[in-house]
Amino acid sequence: MSKCVCAFALACMSTLFMSGGVLAGQTIKIGFPIPLTGEIPKVGESTKFAAELFREEVNAKGGLDVGGKKYPLEFIFEDNESKPETAVNVTLKLIDRDDVLAIVGPQSSRQAVPVGAVANENETPMITPWSTNPDATKDRPWVFRAAFLDPFQASVAADFAAKEFKARKVAVLFEISNDYSKGLADNFRDAWEERHGKDSVVAFESHGPKDQDFSAQLTKMIAAKPDFIFLPENYSFAALIVPQARDLGYKGFFMGSDAWGSAELMKLCGDACKGQFFSTHYYAAAGAKGATREFIDKYNKKYGYVPDDVAALTWDAVALVSGAIQKAGRLENSTRKMRGLIRENLASVKDFKGITGDMHFDSQGDPVKCAVIVVIDDKGDFTFRESVCPK
Amino acid sequence: MEIFLQQCVNALQWGSFYALIALGYTLVYGVLRLINFAHGDIFMVGAYLAFYISTAFLAPEGLFGFSRGLTLALTIPLTMIFTSLVGVTLERIAYRPLMRKGAHRLYVVITALMCGLVLENGNLALLGASRKTLPALLDKSVYDVGGIAVTNLKLWVIFAAVLVFFALHFVVTKTRMGMAMRAVSWNKFALPLMGIPLDSVIVFTFVLGSGIAGLGGMLFAMSYPVLEPYMGAMTGWKAFIAAVVGGIGDIRGAFVGGFLLAFVEVMVAAFLPSTFRDLFAFSILLLILWQRPTGIFGRPLISKI
Repeated sequence: MSKCVCAFALACMSTLFMSGGVLAGQTIKIGFPIPLTGEIPKVGESTKFAAELFREEVNAKGGLDVGGKKYPLEFIFEDNESKPETAVNVTLKLIDRDDVLAIVGPQSSRQAVPVGAVANENETPMITPWSTNPDATKDRPWVFRAAFLDPFQASVAADFAAKEFKARKVAVLFEISNDYSKGLADNFRDAWEERHGKDSVVAFESHGPKDQDFSAQLTKMIAAKPDFIFLPENYSFAALIVPQARDLGYKGFFMGSDAWGSAELMKLCGDACKGQFFSTHYYAAAGAKGATREFIDKYNKKYGYVPDDVAALTWDAVALVSGAIQKAGRLENSTRKMRGLIRENLASVKDFKGITGDMHFDSQGDPVKCAVIVVIDDKGDFTFRESVCPK
Repeated sequence: MEIFLQQCVNALQWGSFYALIALGYTLVYGVLRLINFAHGDIFMVGAYLAFYISTAFLAPEGLFGFSRGLTLALTIPLTMIFTSLVGVTLERIAYRPLMRKGAHRLYVVITALMCGLVLENGNLALLGASRKTLPALLDKSVYDVGGIAVTNLKLWVIFAAVLVFFALHFVVTKTRMGMAMRAVSWNKFALPLMGIPLDSVIVFTFVLGSGIAGLGGMLFAMSYPVLEPYMGAMTGWKAFIAAVVGGIGDIRGAFVGGFLLAFVEVMVAAFLPSTFRDLFAFSILLLILWQRPTGIFGRPLISKI
């Protein structure tokens, strides 16, 4: 008896999966391997919220217009638990079982670098909205990104800090097991030493992925008397490190990176983070214009808070993918062929007008676009300081 | 020299947390010969309970609108009481039925591991992955003593760990209940014949261990105010290692082991590249265990605790 039930259930399930395959001709499926739990859950939430906003807007008009016919968008969100191995697994599931046309995500370089390899091998176009480590797209024709690169961000941060803090000596703290954090720290050290000489990076310390106490590293860094501390860290670490450094008597500035730009940073960090600077992708505070303003208002109305850079970059990434599908002018029956068309159209994008600025892709699939420096003001809002564009 | 002393203060504070958790491991092991692997997660539960209790009390958003001092004074005992309830519940629904059925100790240890995972993932499912942050219950002030920076919170943490150690030592060596606990570790089967209620002794052990973990979780949440469901896992594992290195089953061992692990960790990070911290720290502990397989205070299988 129980065998019968099992067989029946299996039969039901397989019909379900097969019907999923048939339906693929009618909807446009995009897969999102994103960190809904784990270290950076707010990043996953922003991704999902921004994507849902985009989908609802398109589907309210009957779907995406491809060559005169309308196809509804279908987004599949998978939790990568903020772990590289889970990210690879769920991406393979999206590619093989769900037959998605394109992948948007993962967000952090720690997952985007290994997942980029999987997408490239399986010839599925992928855009990572937020990853800034060069390795994610390097020599991978199927992989693109919406954010600027670490070497660019590092030189922006180095130039700004030298000018703003009149600094010559810097201490750096980063997370050793995170490709994003380590890559940016390395790039920053190179950029800083190039400008200020060999001995100008006075401390270069790291910590592990589960650490909560940084006093040993910070004591060492503060003893080296830096003019400021560079923290290329996820917001959850920044919120621990900055107050701990204050407890140890450090009074100078901190300079952060784009991973600070989460709506949750100020909730966790409190007053200690006020007055610090970080580099980021777009300019959410008052004064945003046009499509950016429109996006911020829509998002704020629906979810009750100002979208962070992850949300904005995700919106742009989804817009890039749907633009590439529209440009194809038709929906191929073969997923393989359709994926190929999307890749070609993405590579040839010219002057995409995104809400995080205008951009086009270079030969590596990396965008050419501007960075923004933000200061955290007394009310805890992220306020525009200056914008830096590639030369 | 200043830097060295500063690092000593850092290690004392960090070691206090290890010691508070390790004491719970060692108590349960000393009495039941059971490694309660859910203990790190009970510590996490303590931190979350402190969060909920203090936000419920604290003005202006809380239900009661108490001042910060009053909230702190209420949160400490309530967190300890509720956390010990969680510990006792685990004992009651997971460990006791198994031990009653005469299951091998290994199965109970595996059950404890699973209970830990249930607590972690239950928390994740119920409360979501978003980080919580404990409101500031103490006006933090930074003192500069001859170039060494100390906060009042750090002093409280170290003081609490030392106080708990001496209180526990007193309970175990000087009270009747402590005598009963030592008796259980001598001979579990002779005990009921002497008219000592075995179950109450075990429950008392869990109350003590989990209560201390609750206090540790609360102080941890005050010192590192970013709470997440997996926060207890890694810290708990390391505290367990500290308890083993100190000699599991001996409360002096747990206390010394906790501080020893923190000193090794901090000093390795301080004087070698911080990348090597865990590698060197655990290699050193391995050497200690190699020399003394039963830990610093451990004696081969005679009376523990």
